Amino acid sequence: MIEFTLWDILRNLALALRWTVALSLIAFIGGGLVGGTLLCLRIGLGRKTQRLIGAYVALFQGTPLLMQLFLAYFGLALLGIEVSAWTAASLALTLYTSAYLVEIWRGCVEAVPRGQWEAARSLAMSFGEQLRHVILPQAARLAIAPTVGFLVQVIKGTALASVIGFVELTKAGGMIANASFKPFLVFGCVALFYFALCFPVSLAAQHLERKQHGRAA
Amino acid sequence: MAVLPETVSADTADAADVATTASTPVPGVPIVRITALRKSYGTNEVLKGIDLDVMRGEVIALIGKSGSGKSTLLRCINGLEQFQDGSLRVADKPLLHDSAMAMRALRQQVGMIFQGFNLFPHLSVGRNVMLAPTLVKKRSDQDAAEQARTLLARVGLAEKFDAMPDQLSGGQQQRVAIARALAMEPQVLLCDEITSALDPELVGEVLRVVESLAEEGMTLLMVTHEMSFARKVADRVIFMHQGRVHEIGPPAEIFGAPRTPELRQFLKSLDE
Amino acid sequence: MIEFDFGAVLAEWPLLLRGLAWTVGLTVIAVPLGLAIATLGAWTRACGPAWARRLVGVYVELLRNTPFIVQLFFVFFGLPSLGVKLSPTSASLIAMTLNLGAYGTEILRAGIQAAPKGQWEAAQSLALGPTQVFTRVILPPAFKRVWPAMTSQIVIVMLGSAVCGQISTEELSYAANLIQSRNFRAFEAFIVATLIYLALSVLVRRLLLWAGPRWFFGGAPAPTRPPLWRRLAGTGTGSRP
Repeated sequence: MIEFTLWDILRNLALALRWTVALSLIAFIGGGLVGGTLLCLRIGLGRKTQRLIGAYVALFQGTPLLMQLFLAYFGLALLGIEVSAWTAASLALTLYTSAYLVEIWRGCVEAVPRGQWEAARSLAMSFGEQLRHVILPQAARLAIAPTVGFLVQVIKGTALASVIGFVELTKAGGMIANASFKPFLVFGCVALFYFALCFPVSLAAQHLERKQHGRAA
Repeated sequence: MAVLPETVSADTADAADVATTASTPVPGVPIVRITALRKSYGTNEVLKGIDLDVMRGEVIALIGKSGSGKSTLLRCINGLEQFQDGSLRVADKPLLHDSAMAMRALRQQVGMIFQGFNLFPHLSVGRNVMLAPTLVKKRSDQDAAEQARTLLARVGLAEKFDAMPDQLSGGQQQRVAIARALAMEPQVLLCDEITSALDPELVGEVLRVVESLAEEGMTLLMVTHEMSFARKVADRVIFMHQGRVHEIGPPAEIFGAPRTPELRQFLKSLDE
Repeated sequence: MIEFDFGAVLAEWPLLLRGLAWTVGLTVIAVPLGLAIATLGAWTRACGPAWARRLVGVYVELLRNTPFIVQLFFVFFGLPSLGVKLSPTSASLIAMTLNLGAYGTEILRAGIQAAPKGQWEAAQSLALGPTQVFTRVILPPAFKRVWPAMTSQIVIVMLGSAVCGQISTEELSYAANLIQSRNFRAFEAFIVATLIYLALSVLVRRLLLWAGPRWFFGGAPAPTRPPLWRRLAGTGTGSRP
């Protein structure tokens, strides 16, 4: 039996941590781009688009992320695409993030007082100009705190990628726990690593929200 | 009667051009002509057939109980509300709800000041005033800034060009809103209870600006509860009741010699 | 051309049903327990001594900033080294309960903080003891205030139970995995399971939103129709519409 010191464990986990961070960033940025596009479509086009996007959101919010990962993994394989766990996880998490972000951002756009729309309209601005110069700047300000807060969910979501075989922090933890026969210590460290990643982000989001409310008061 | 200067846009056919060609004054034609206007919210009819001609340079005060349809009528004139029946012509052009371009052209002729000011909180005072002229009339930043400074000086806020809206009092914000609307050089200004949300001591500064606009010959339609102001400045006062023009006439008549019991009742309730 | 074979999956409907029952069962047990913990946690945060408040704070932040799967693995794989042997079901229930407890504490705490100060003062002025003030005056409106958010969190925990299949708890995702390992219809199996989860989340949300005001904290709008037996019996005055 190989002896694992605490240092060995931490070192190996830290290496796997890179992949957690990488996957989180891909999902967050990719999801942000897709979500932003969907938001523009939702605002710009008619009822049908709104309902479609609403269904898209309901789908991702009403089903387990684990299932979404499985479907991405096995679905892509069906299409004949050579799919690694990395690709499937990136795809699933990107779409998952996009659904939640478009919903958060939609709420922020709707939170901009109606009077702003009316004032901009009364000044003969086109719909696009109203959106770009008056509404979106205000919505973006409202969106910062909840968007940062959602990053925490994304980071936690990457842990599920371990189930389809992607070697990130959780999977590495499982492997090391098996090899070292120290599951309590290893999973404890895994939890602390996630905490170290997520807690600062949570604090930042809380701080931003307090600042937002302070300004609004 | 003052005629406001027109802007000439260098671009080919766009909303600014459409507005320019429409704003050539034709003497004798009312600037706003409303015929048999009806509007309902669902099954609730709030405007039950309004007929009104507003001549260029007139100041009209709309008074009445809440729910009488005054604000709704005003909001129909710049297209914020859609009406179901009748016709509405501004500067001799009919209101076409379906055409975004026509609506934009309309709103360059008709400006609006809101009860809640609705200044853009993320832009400075100066940028608030400059935004629409730069986007819609395609003015250069420099020209727009110059115009903004002139207008802000006109409403007595020249030094606030770089301030943010939340640093201003209600009365100051409303005056900025007036400057913002004037920057588009409209022919008609709609004022929707513009002093109702202000502390009493701030009402005067706003009304003084409006009075000076009236003196310069701006066409004004004001929904207001400030009866003494209406008495002083308005050419005609319209008393609305349950979605209809109930009485209409010069202030002396409306306030001094009300004909109908509803108007008498309304005037009495103001004193209480 | 991709060929789908949903029949092979649907033929295994007993397995799916069993998985569904397990998912529902886990939820039904973990949720009341989780809500109880949330109530205790929120109460401590609102009225407890500083050390207790800090303790609850640590609990809440730890559980909200770590993935559920890691919490589950920690409970199932980690605790045995301390001599605590747990079945997959127990571990799942513990993990779900603690998870909901943490999020619920935060949600309920916000609801309690939103209580107008006058409520505390009025209750105390009526000589109610601190427990009574909390349980009778502050808590019910707070619950009502945050019920939609709490419902959302309950649905999240229910959907999160899918992960418990990884430690062989026989809930729905485990059933789907079992089916696909038998007939290799992975995509179809997971689509079916996903649709069941979707239906479940919609139903549970509606049920909770409806049941909450009615059963848990009062303030439900009075029913405008007399109960069925009375309707059937008629009013006797011939006022049938």
